[in-house]
Amino acid sequence: MTIIYMLLAISVFVALIFFALFIFSVKKGQYDDTYTPSVRMLFEDELVKEGASNKANTSKKTITNPEK
Amino acid sequence: MVNCFHCGDPCLDVEIKHEEKSFCCHGCKTVFDILHDNDLSYYYDLEKTPGISPKEIAGKYDFLDNETIVEKLLEFNDGSTQIVSFLIPSIHCSSCIWILENLNKLNSGVKSSQVNFPEKTVRITFTAEESSLKNLVILLSRIGYEPYISLDDSEKKEKYINRSLTYKLGIAGFAFGNVMFLSFPEYFEHSEFWLDQFKPFFRWLMFAFSLPVVFYSASGYFTSAYKGLRSKILNIDVPIALGVAVLFIRSTIDIVMDLGTGFFDSLTGLVFFLLLGKFFQQKTYSYLSFERDYKSYFPIAVTRLFKNAEGKTVEEQAEVYNVKKGDRLLIRNNEIIPVDAILIKGNALIDYSFVTGEAEPISKQSGDKLFAGGKQQAGILEVEVLKPVAQSYLTQLWSNDVFSKDKTGIFENITDSISKRFTLVLLTVAFISTIFWLMVDPSKAFNVFTSVLIVACPCAIALAAPFTLGNVLRIFGREKLYLKEASVIEQMAKLDTVVFDKTGTLTTNQKNLITYEGLALSEEEKQLLTSTLRASSHPLSRSLYNILDKNNIQTLDDFEEEVGKGISATFNNNSIKVGSYEFVGFYDEMTSEVKNKTTVHISANQVYKGCYIFNSEYRKGISEVFEQLGTDKDVIVLSGDNEGERERLEMLLPEGTKLYFNQKPDDKLNFIKTLQQSGKQVLMIGDGLNDAGALKQSNVGFVISENTNVFSPACDGILGASQFNKIGDYLNFSKRGVNIIKWAFLFSLFYNLIGLSFAVTGHLQPVVAAILMPLSSISIVVFTTVATQFVGKKLRTDINK
Repeated sequence: MTIIYMLLAISVFVALIFFALFIFSVKKGQYDDTYTPSVRMLFEDELVKEGASNKANTSKKTITNPEK
Repeated sequence: MVNCFHCGDPCLDVEIKHEEKSFCCHGCKTVFDILHDNDLSYYYDLEKTPGISPKEIAGKYDFLDNETIVEKLLEFNDGSTQIVSFLIPSIHCSSCIWILENLNKLNSGVKSSQVNFPEKTVRITFTAEESSLKNLVILLSRIGYEPYISLDDSEKKEKYINRSLTYKLGIAGFAFGNVMFLSFPEYFEHSEFWLDQFKPFFRWLMFAFSLPVVFYSASGYFTSAYKGLRSKILNIDVPIALGVAVLFIRSTIDIVMDLGTGFFDSLTGLVFFLLLGKFFQQKTYSYLSFERDYKSYFPIAVTRLFKNAEGKTVEEQAEVYNVKKGDRLLIRNNEIIPVDAILIKGNALIDYSFVTGEAEPISKQSGDKLFAGGKQQAGILEVEVLKPVAQSYLTQLWSNDVFSKDKTGIFENITDSISKRFTLVLLTVAFISTIFWLMVDPSKAFNVFTSVLIVACPCAIALAAPFTLGNVLRIFGREKLYLKEASVIEQMAKLDTVVFDKTGTLTTNQKNLITYEGLALSEEEKQLLTSTLRASSHPLSRSLYNILDKNNIQTLDDFEEEVGKGISATFNNNSIKVGSYEFVGFYDEMTSEVKNKTTVHISANQVYKGCYIFNSEYRKGISEVFEQLGTDKDVIVLSGDNEGERERLEMLLPEGTKLYFNQKPDDKLNFIKTLQQSGKQVLMIGDGLNDAGALKQSNVGFVISENTNVFSPACDGILGASQFNKIGDYLNFSKRGVNIIKWAFLFSLFYNLIGLSFAVTGHLQPVVAAILMPLSSISIVVFTTVATQFVGKKLRTDINK
């Protein structure tokens, strides 16, 4: 039954890893804005599609000096 | 009616057809072109008509050529990589997020951009070689996302977000969960071989987990209790800190002396629930700011004129703080005048709606004094500075003491007022029962003493207010009253005096009630009038034009507008003059009735016809609001205007309403102060910067806002203008909320009595505490939530009545 010492040590260690990750993510500001990422994650695919289909027939213009 | 493909506004005057789509103006069409040419038309697939029509910005951002100003705005700058954060009030939908995060498609200098939607900000990283701050601002403005840059941005504030509550809560929750598992075995088995073997190990592990909880998570309670005791106040944190300390000491003694398992699970659970309450009470409307002063309205830079060595007049962009007395400034159309000044050249038509709430612009002649805070509406002005920013008529208000005081610290909240008595009773019970046991069975005395302090720890009491107020705060938010913090609700329940500002608060600043007085106009004259007004861009002409019949609009033979005076026009040998009394050609004394009001006079073929009077329109239901409030409160109107509206107000408002006119910003502040000195609890409801002092001085200050995107001065709450007639219901609701807290107190005292009966008799086992403590906390949370939702429903039906 002394194995329980080791089991406990492992379980506490795993718990501490998750806890450290939580603190780390709070510190990085991941919980500061909880809304925008939920919208942003839906964009990615569409952006690729848009770029691929239009690139062929439209020439790209870049606005570097919009004042003119 | 066709709606614009870009912004969704109806295409009123013109409809521009382009690529089989309709646009309301060239601005919208240009944005569409920019996005279309850069493969960004997905913008229009995400949301229907997501766009904002861009505004004219020529020359507006020239100040961004000034290196020192740019340096102040940048968040990070290493010479090549630069980072800047902009506040963009027009961010409103997912298309906005998408386009702003794809800025690199429009400007190759942009490395990355990230939107924070709740705060309406975008953070842009760009390379200085390929782009500049000015280019970015102009690009954003051109696609309809004009950043808001004000004097406030020139002071670099370290953006510090206090996350310690999240850490504390995380640690307490983590420890609570682990300790609970470790303490379970001993609750179920008493003496079992293996259990006895591992008991010390489990116990010391629990001890280890509770250390960060006591010394970090609960540290706030110890410091608050210490501060309370030092200023001789028994706040709620005193019995909590006492409970936590006793729990920890008693549990440690228990495991050291091998007396029992200790109360570590109750200890960690207690702290966890308490912090949860604190967390719940925090509800921030991050896109609203309750701390704004004049700096958020004022520009960061102005155009200064000076003579160079050759005697030529040159323009330069100067920081507003560097403007001195005697400087010549150039104020462009739609710019805010940041200083008190004398008008030298140009037609001044100044809109003081930021300051007073008055919607109609005032015209000024050269030589007149212009006060800071007004927005020029008609062309370019040249002015000479009388007083620098910090000393102007308006901004001096902020040097008053009230702005440096913290309002929240002053009043005793409902929890603290009960905790005073609670703590005294608790200590008495603890000492009496200890003395009793010292005489009967001294071995049990220590046990009883600590048990009483543990079980009576007012967790449930401490949770009653945060959860109730947190719920009430959210319900208010749903009904468009946005409060700064939960403690405002308690203050609201105590109010006995309500003070209203007039202009912009009691009156709307959108619609005008226009009446005509004088000789009736013939059909021809009416046509001529509408045709004339159509060509004018003056705000009064626009609102007058909107109410008139628009039949037979003709192209005028001749049209002339004298800014700040009026317009004259001719058609088919008929001439008309529209404008000020002097302008239409008459110099006799006006009737006093008309004098104090905003008027537009008309003469046709050199004959005076009459005038249109612009009456400020009062908000819907103000009579009812005043009557409802008047039943148990004093209601006062405090206006910065002259007495022109006294008669109408007296007719509208119930008898006995006190009206004060000609109140300067300082007067308003002092008026509130005098009321408070006579023991009144004052609610101030205002809207403009001139109310800022009164709002700050009052017990509760609300700002009426037509549009929560527009900035409002520092206050305790922002009320959507559409909800104006519900103020009485809101105040009643806050009272009900406080009553719920009182019921919750009774409820939790009942739990305390049960716990005390265990403790006093010396029967408090850890398992009893472990059940009783979470049970009482959870039932209080459930009770307050259900009760506030119930009362909230009632508020809803009251409002929709």
